[in-house]
Amino acid sequence: MKQVTLSVKGLKKKIGKREIIKGLDFELNEGEVFGFLGPNGAGKTTTIRMLVGLIKPSSGSIHICGYDVRKEFTKAMQHMGCIVENPELYPFLSGWDNLLHFARMLPKVDESRMNEVTELVGLEVRIHDKVKTYSLGMRQRLGIAQAMLNRPKLLILDEPTNGLDPAGIREMRQFIRKLAEDEGMSVLVSSHLLGEIQLLCDRVAIIKNGEIIKTDTVESLLSTQERIIWRVEPLKKGVEILSGYTDITVEQNFIITAYDEVETPEWNAALNQAGVKVHEMNRNLPGLEELFLQVTGSGGARIE
Amino acid sequence: MNNLIQNEMMKLLAKKRLVIIGIIVGILVMMFTYAQYKQVKEQQEKLGTSDWRAALQQQIIDTQNRLSSNRMLDEWREQLEVSLKQQQYYLDHDINPSEPGAATFTRMFLENAIDLFIPLLIMIVASDLVSSENSQGTIKLLLTRPVERWKILMSKYVTLLLSVSLIVAMTALLSYLLSGLVFGYQGWGAPVITGFDLKGANVDVSQVRLVAQWKFLLMDLGLVWLVAVVVGTLSFMLSVLVRSTPAGMGIMLAALISGAILNNMVSSWESAKYFFMVNLKLTTYISGTAPPIEGMTLLSSVITLLVWWGLALIVSFAAFTKKDVY
Repeated sequence: MKQVTLSVKGLKKKIGKREIIKGLDFELNEGEVFGFLGPNGAGKTTTIRMLVGLIKPSSGSIHICGYDVRKEFTKAMQHMGCIVENPELYPFLSGWDNLLHFARMLPKVDESRMNEVTELVGLEVRIHDKVKTYSLGMRQRLGIAQAMLNRPKLLILDEPTNGLDPAGIREMRQFIRKLAEDEGMSVLVSSHLLGEIQLLCDRVAIIKNGEIIKTDTVESLLSTQERIIWRVEPLKKGVEILSGYTDITVEQNFIITAYDEVETPEWNAALNQAGVKVHEMNRNLPGLEELFLQVTGSGGARIE
Repeated sequence: MNNLIQNEMMKLLAKKRLVIIGIIVGILVMMFTYAQYKQVKEQQEKLGTSDWRAALQQQIIDTQNRLSSNRMLDEWREQLEVSLKQQQYYLDHDINPSEPGAATFTRMFLENAIDLFIPLLIMIVASDLVSSENSQGTIKLLLTRPVERWKILMSKYVTLLLSVSLIVAMTALLSYLLSGLVFGYQGWGAPVITGFDLKGANVDVSQVRLVAQWKFLLMDLGLVWLVAVVVGTLSFMLSVLVRSTPAGMGIMLAALISGAILNNMVSSWESAKYFFMVNLKLTTYISGTAPPIEGMTLLSSVITLLVWWGLALIVSFAAFTKKDVY
């Protein structure tokens, strides 16, 4: 049985009369990368800030490794590392002094651990330079280094690839996977970049207007959305026949149906018997992007 | 806790704020020293004689003559005797009263700096202790460590107290060292008149006495420190409440300047004495100048300041530990 590192129950936040987070429930297991996906303004950042204790929830509970964030704040924080939005560090201090600053705030972090994390993120050469001379990518690494100082069981990264170039994004992705797989950390990643989440995460929660619309593994989320795109001639007759078997959508010259291992060949046979020419049958696994747009309702499925 | 204070000091030193304050004080002290020097020179030219001893001797004889007069009121007699002692001291110790040395300069500098200059220096440090973390966004890192919020704020407050003490000491030391180059480093033992008790229009001189300058200077320093701590704590509170450093500084500056203006015109608005900014000139009570509002005493001013200090501290901690950080 894998240990639960983060458990969120009935989390709500009201600002004034407006409820911006409307009751979230989810759990993170050891060694899992969990994606938090939603359009801008969905409540991702507010939720993350509640998880790390920056914002007080109106109701609900958050437990990190069994410790309540509100009641046992210091114990809960000892098991967590985080970067909220950009890694904002002190620009007028060197990277090393920044690490030292945060190490002093943690129990039992000594110089050898500081060296370890510096090595882990590959900043050895520049660690004694002032942070204001760092590139964004280097700041991001230093941010991760400071989040790793206390050997956290749970790492919370808010938009970790924000502002990185493609190489940096790839590197960050590999790094996060390594942390989860080799060190057994749970990582919570928020992003509005769908491709990013699709490649990085084991499970995804899609959040919109302060509610979780779906939580599932990336694979099963995608497979429920597998579709067949038909190009048939004549279209009208094809529509007639196919709609007798299943739900269809027509878009331009294409007919879209769900994919079904057993039934799809039969539909095809039926079309053939009726003299409809089947030019194309495209099995299509939609990207998370389409799924996302479908479930968040900000657009219909489109044909690629 | 020590670690946290170490952190705050590290940040403060890296920002080089104290160096800037040192430079500001240094430049101002040099300016005032030069102005004072010019004044002394001019006075000497007016008197036409460099032999100030003769003039002082004449003053003493005049005073003695007045004292021997029978029609003298008793209280006036006492005051005259005190100033006679002061003049005699100058003569005995070969001190020119118009060119009294670095200790006197330091005392006068502190007395004039207490209500505006020192508070401004303190603001440089205090007003961005918390708000700079907000504007840099580092507050998010600071508050997600396994450390309670009140401890973080307390470490910042202790840092403030340390730097306030450092700034006051630095101001006194710099003004002594720099002005001494011109006026000489003497004057510690010179007598200073204190003990005036102003009751309405009447001056109660029954308590008037001479105090050695070093004692007087220590009292001044204590009062300056108290004012600096109160002003520092108020800016600290604004730094917690107002997210932007310039806004916090502006509010504090407006309060201080309005205090300076009010001091000149509130004598009929009595409840103005509960404003902290009207109560900053604590040193006037021991040097014997009339307070801006009748009925204000050293004790009432100190209590007023302490009340403001306490409230500011309570508000700071309450706001910092409760507020949501976005």
